[in-house]
Amino acid sequence: MALPQAKLDATEARLAVAARPSGAAWADAARDGALARLRAQGLPHRRDEYWKFTNPDTLVQPEAPEAATFDETDAPIFDAVERLKIVFVDGVFDAGASDDLALEGVTIERLSEAAQSDIHWAKELYGVLEERGQDPVARPLAALNTALADDGVLIHVTGKASKPINLIYHHQSPRSDAMLHHVVKLDPGAEVTLLENGPAAARFNAVMEVEVADGAAFHHVRAQGRDHERRTATHLFARLGEESTFKTFTLTANGVLTRNECVVEMKGDDAAAHIAGACVGDGDFHHDDTVFVTHDAVNCESRQVFKKVLRNGARGVFQGKILVKPDAQKTDGYQISQSLLLDGDSEFDAKPELEIYADDVACSHGSTSGAIDEEGLFYLRARGVPKDIATDLLTLAFLAEAVDEIENEDLRAELVNLLEGWLGRRRG
Amino acid sequence: MLEIKNLHVDLEDEEKTILKGVDLSVEAGKVHAIMGPNGSGKSTLSYVLAGRDGYEVTEGSATLDGVDILDMEPEERAAAGLFLAFQYPVEIPGVGNMTFMRTAVNAQRKAKGLDEMSATDFLKMVREKAATLKMDNEMLKRPVNVGFSGGEKKRNEILQMAVLEPKMCILDETDSGLDVDAMKLVAEGVNALRNEGRGFLVITHYQRLLDHIKPDVVHIMSEGRIVKTGGPELALQVEREGYEDIKAEVA
Repeated sequence: MALPQAKLDATEARLAVAARPSGAAWADAARDGALARLRAQGLPHRRDEYWKFTNPDTLVQPEAPEAATFDETDAPIFDAVERLKIVFVDGVFDAGASDDLALEGVTIERLSEAAQSDIHWAKELYGVLEERGQDPVARPLAALNTALADDGVLIHVTGKASKPINLIYHHQSPRSDAMLHHVVKLDPGAEVTLLENGPAAARFNAVMEVEVADGAAFHHVRAQGRDHERRTATHLFARLGEESTFKTFTLTANGVLTRNECVVEMKGDDAAAHIAGACVGDGDFHHDDTVFVTHDAVNCESRQVFKKVLRNGARGVFQGKILVKPDAQKTDGYQISQSLLLDGDSEFDAKPELEIYADDVACSHGSTSGAIDEEGLFYLRARGVPKDIATDLLTLAFLAEAVDEIENEDLRAELVNLLEGWLGRRRG
Repeated sequence: MLEIKNLHVDLEDEEKTILKGVDLSVEAGKVHAIMGPNGSGKSTLSYVLAGRDGYEVTEGSATLDGVDILDMEPEERAAAGLFLAFQYPVEIPGVGNMTFMRTAVNAQRKAKGLDEMSATDFLKMVREKAATLKMDNEMLKRPVNVGFSGGEKKRNEILQMAVLEPKMCILDETDSGLDVDAMKLVAEGVNALRNEGRGFLVITHYQRLLDHIKPDVVHIMSEGRIVKTGGPELALQVEREGYEDIKAEVA
C-alpha cells in the first residue's frame, strides 16, 4: 500500500538532515535494509493506530526541539554499586569519563569501531532483532535508529560478568539529537546486568537488541530521571533461548515525552521474561510503555507489570500485548497495568491485548486506574503524617509491586532511594 | 482537656443531621465512656474530632487544652495530642508497619520542633511496647494491618497509641470483634497508658469493655445528644435495662 504523501514527505525530511554512517559491508547492508524498511513504513504519524495515545510529532520532526540541559545535582544513581561505567555525552562516547572497556567474562566494543571490521559477530544481530520486531507492528523509529545510529556498545557476554555494566548518559547541548544502538549477545549460560541512567540528550532515540542464548540471564535496570524537557523513544528487542531469563525494569520520573517499547520473542522452551516499569509523572508529562511479547515455545513465562502515578495533568499510556503462537503450549502469561491518578486532570490510557492460538495456556491481564485510597490517607494523617508525606507513602506502596520485580536487592534499594529522593524533592 | 460544646454536625453528602448539640468535657487523668445504641452518633463524634472528611460542623465547638481543633487538619490534631483508635483500622498494603509508625512519630516530633528519633532508639522503644501487647517482630514488619486478625488490628491501634503518647485518646468501639482474651490484652494496654495527664474517651456499645477499662464517668448518647451522664453504675444499668428504658426515662 502506498504511503500517504504527508508521511513520505515527513520521512524524507527527517532523512535529509541526517548523515548515514558508513562502515564495513555487513554494517552497510544492515543500514541499507533498515532504510528500506523505514521508507516502506514511513515515520509514525499521530493518526497511526499504534500512536493513538502518543503524539510522535516531536520525535519525528527533522530537528530536535530544544530542551534545557538538566542540572544533575542528584547524587549519582548506582554509585553504591561496583560497576563498569560507559559514558555518553549527547550521544557521543566519552572515553575520558568511561572505565576501560574490559570486564571478565565480557567483551565490549564501540559500534563505531566494530562497524568498520569486515567480520563481526554483531552482523548476526545488528538490525536483525529489530527487523524481527517489525512484524506484525511497524516500529519505524527503531528502523531509523538502525539506519542512522553511528555509535553504541556491542557487548558479548561469554560467562558470568563479574560486575554490572552501567551506561551513563549526559546531556550538555540544548539541541542535541542523539541516537545510540546497543547490541548485547549472551552466550549459553552467560549472565550480565546492564544499568542505564542519565539524561541523554534533548532528543534521544535508543535501540538495544539482546540475544539471550540457552540458559543465559539478562538483567536490565534503567532510570529515566528528572531531565524534564527530554523527548525519548527507546526500543528494547530481545530473543530468548531455552531456559533463559530476561528481566527489565524502568523507573521514570518527569519527561515531556517518553515512549519505551519492549519487544520480546520467546523462542526457546522454559524461558522467563519479566518486563516492568514504574513512573511518577507531574504536570506536562507523557509516558508511554508499549510492550509486545511473543510466545513461540513451550512452557515459557512472561510477566508485564507497569505502575504509574500521575498528577497535575500528567498522561500515562500502556499498550501491552501477549501473542501466543499455536505451538506455545503451557504458556504462562501475565500482564497488569495500573495507574494512580492523584487528581481529576490526569489521564491513563491502557490497551491490553491477548492473542492466543494455543489451547493449553494460562494468560491473564488486568488494567485499572483509580484515585488514592482516601481511607488509607486519613488513617495516616490521623496518626500525624502530613498529607503530602502520606500521599508519597501511598505512592511508594502503589509502585512497590513493579519495583519488586527487580531481583537484585541492592539495585532495588538504589531505585527505592532514588524514588524517595524524587518524591521528597517534589515536596520541597 | 477536651471540651465539646453544643456540637452540631451534618453529613456533607446528604441533608442529614447526625449530632444535634453534644456537650462533653473530659478532664486530664479521667476516663469517660460514651455508650449508646447503634446510629446514635458515637462514631460520628469520634470521626469529627479526628478530622475525617464528609462531615460539616454547623454549630458548636471542640477544643483541646483550649485550642480549637475543628479547623485543624487531621495531622495537626494528632500533633496537638489527639489520638483516635479506629473501629475499623485501615489496611495499607505496601507500607511497612514500622516505617509507618516511625514516619508518624517523626512527623509529630517535627511539628513540635523536636529532632527525629534515631532508627535504633525507635526500634528499641517500639519493640518494648510491642512486647507488652504480645506483638512479635513479624507483625511489626508486615504492611500496616494487612493480614492482621481483628484482635491484631486492635492491638496495633493500642501499640500506636503507646508509641505516639497522645494526651487525649479516643477509642471507637475498640472491643468490637474481640474475644475475651484479646479484649483483656487490649484493655491492659490501655490501662498501662492511664496517667494524670492523659484523658480517655471510650466509645462502646456494650458494657463488657468497661469491666476491663474502668470509667470515671459514663455518658449515654442517643439521637445525636448526650442524654444522661453518671458514674460507672450507669453502664451497669444499661446492661440490665437496655437503652430503650433509659431513653424513656429521660424523654
